[in-house]
Amino acid sequence: MGSGLARFAARRLVSMAFVLFAVSVIVFAIFNVIPGGDPAVRMAGKVPTESEVEAIRAEWSFDEPVYVQYATTMEKLFTGNLVSYFNQLNVTDEILNGAPRTFALAIGASIVWMAFAIALGLYGAIRAGAISDRLLSALALIGIATPVFWLGAILSHYLGYEAGIFPGSGYVEFADSPAEWLWHLILPWFTLAVLFIGIYSRVLRADIVETMGEDYVRAARAKGLSERRVMLNHVLRNSLIPIVTLWGLDFGAVLGGGAILTEQVFGLQGVGQYAADSIGQFDIPAVMGVTMYGAFFIVIFNTLVDIAYAALDPRIRLDGGERE
Amino acid sequence: MLAAACLAAPLWASQVAHTTPEANHLSDQVEVDGRPTDVVDELGKPIGPTWSSHFFLGADGNGRDIMVRLLYGGRNSLLIGILASLGTIAIGLLVGLLAGYHRGRVDTFVNWLMDVIWAFPVILLGVALGTAFAIGGLEIGPLTIEGDSLAIPIVIISVVYVPYLARPVRGRVLALREREFVEAARAQGMGSARIVFAEIMPNLLNTVAVMMPLLVVNAILLEAALSFLGAGVQAPNASWGTMIAEGVDRIISAPHLAIAPGAMLVATVLSLAVFGEGVRKVLDPKAEVRIEH
Repeated sequence: MGSGLARFAARRLVSMAFVLFAVSVIVFAIFNVIPGGDPAVRMAGKVPTESEVEAIRAEWSFDEPVYVQYATTMEKLFTGNLVSYFNQLNVTDEILNGAPRTFALAIGASIVWMAFAIALGLYGAIRAGAISDRLLSALALIGIATPVFWLGAILSHYLGYEAGIFPGSGYVEFADSPAEWLWHLILPWFTLAVLFIGIYSRVLRADIVETMGEDYVRAARAKGLSERRVMLNHVLRNSLIPIVTLWGLDFGAVLGGGAILTEQVFGLQGVGQYAADSIGQFDIPAVMGVTMYGAFFIVIFNTLVDIAYAALDPRIRLDGGERE
Repeated sequence: MLAAACLAAPLWASQVAHTTPEANHLSDQVEVDGRPTDVVDELGKPIGPTWSSHFFLGADGNGRDIMVRLLYGGRNSLLIGILASLGTIAIGLLVGLLAGYHRGRVDTFVNWLMDVIWAFPVILLGVALGTAFAIGGLEIGPLTIEGDSLAIPIVIISVVYVPYLARPVRGRVLALREREFVEAARAQGMGSARIVFAEIMPNLLNTVAVMMPLLVVNAILLEAALSFLGAGVQAPNASWGTMIAEGVDRIISAPHLAIAPGAMLVATVLSLAVFGEGVRKVLDPKAEVRIEH
């Protein structure tokens, strides 16, 4: 099995590199081709003089053909020398500054959503059909339907500003004060987690209900195992597989910029917010850097999930490596 | 029922409204508990919900009636949601049919393209496209779309969600093309185009019907998120997303500005999701569709 899996993994990694390359070309194209006009003029400010525009054009090599500009930008990106068009700050440094905040948000939120989803999904499945189960299903739907930025703004206003329980926004470095760090992140964690709790708990509940009807579960019961052991060792263990798959994909997406709205609402100054700001300013180097960073996490987690699947199920390796 | 009410409300917006969504009533007064009250007081604080026919849900900082703006904004939100999901369906069907029927190189290329779209963070891609188009507008041959046109968010949202439809469609087509009725058609000498559109496509309607409500939900939520970040619907047009964005800016002095459009959005999405669930149960109990935003 070893070599088949290795070949599959290698193929996925190569296709991953191609996808990332295409992403970089597309982003570059979006910002260079679509918005007409001269980027040098845009950067020069409201009333530019001809010489200022010329200087900027030469400095950023806007006078070169587009593919040369692309190559220069990518080269700078990989050597960590990419600087912003607007504030001359190093893009890599800015991303590295924001990354710990985004990671703290993503990791904390994913722990919250996994814990709640497993607890609620299990509870709903055990009580399937009862009023409490239906209530949970309705709540899950409401959670799925609520836009994350609206929920965040409302929570930050009522629990933060009005009630004064939590800080309304901002981020405190863990090194400065672990307690404050935690306190500032609780609302963002829950805000980001609500949607996923809704989705995961429903998926898990449906899966558990299905698994409970399987023969091997009946066999385990017939062996005289306690209900608790049956649920935890036989049912939950199998039902967790789809959830863990989803987790892999969503965690990658959240790290890769999916938390942009939560970061914005709570002013966390993470990578997502940096992305939003750079896009607003048409800061092409920064947008390139951030998108590549985001796409990298999404693609890497997708690939990991595929490889994990292939390791578990040899059939997938044979038919060209498709998901689903 | 709730779904119907939510969906229908914005459609009769122009009949019931006493004013237009852009009209200012800065210096007007309305009767509240029998006393005339300023719509916007001296400090610029807008009136809260009056629960009567004028300013039912209060006014915003410019003295515009929130309920009226909600209804008109909702018209935009729903319009974008529905047209964008139709766009997704059109592109997704075509791409999925091509990939599934021709297999080989076409399939590999399409799959790779879908991987690329999928590799983008959805919101990041949407915001990037939205910002780029909002400044430059869009030119397709002789057709020019202004930067503030509603068509731009529609096109962006359609493209972003194409993989969600194209992948399941491709999977169905792969299975369908081996079935007897396709072979029979081929044996009769039908051309590929006729086989694809007349024989295979009708069999995909179930898949599409199951996905449609959830695509609309996704599209409405993405529109709201894009507008919230300033990359979706542009002024002077309003949508629930832009109204939430305006509301959040003034949440301290007038929380009703943020709560009202958000509540409308949740109610609409919720009813569509429940409706979609119903469609799914009837047509295809096994399908798995997810909402993301």
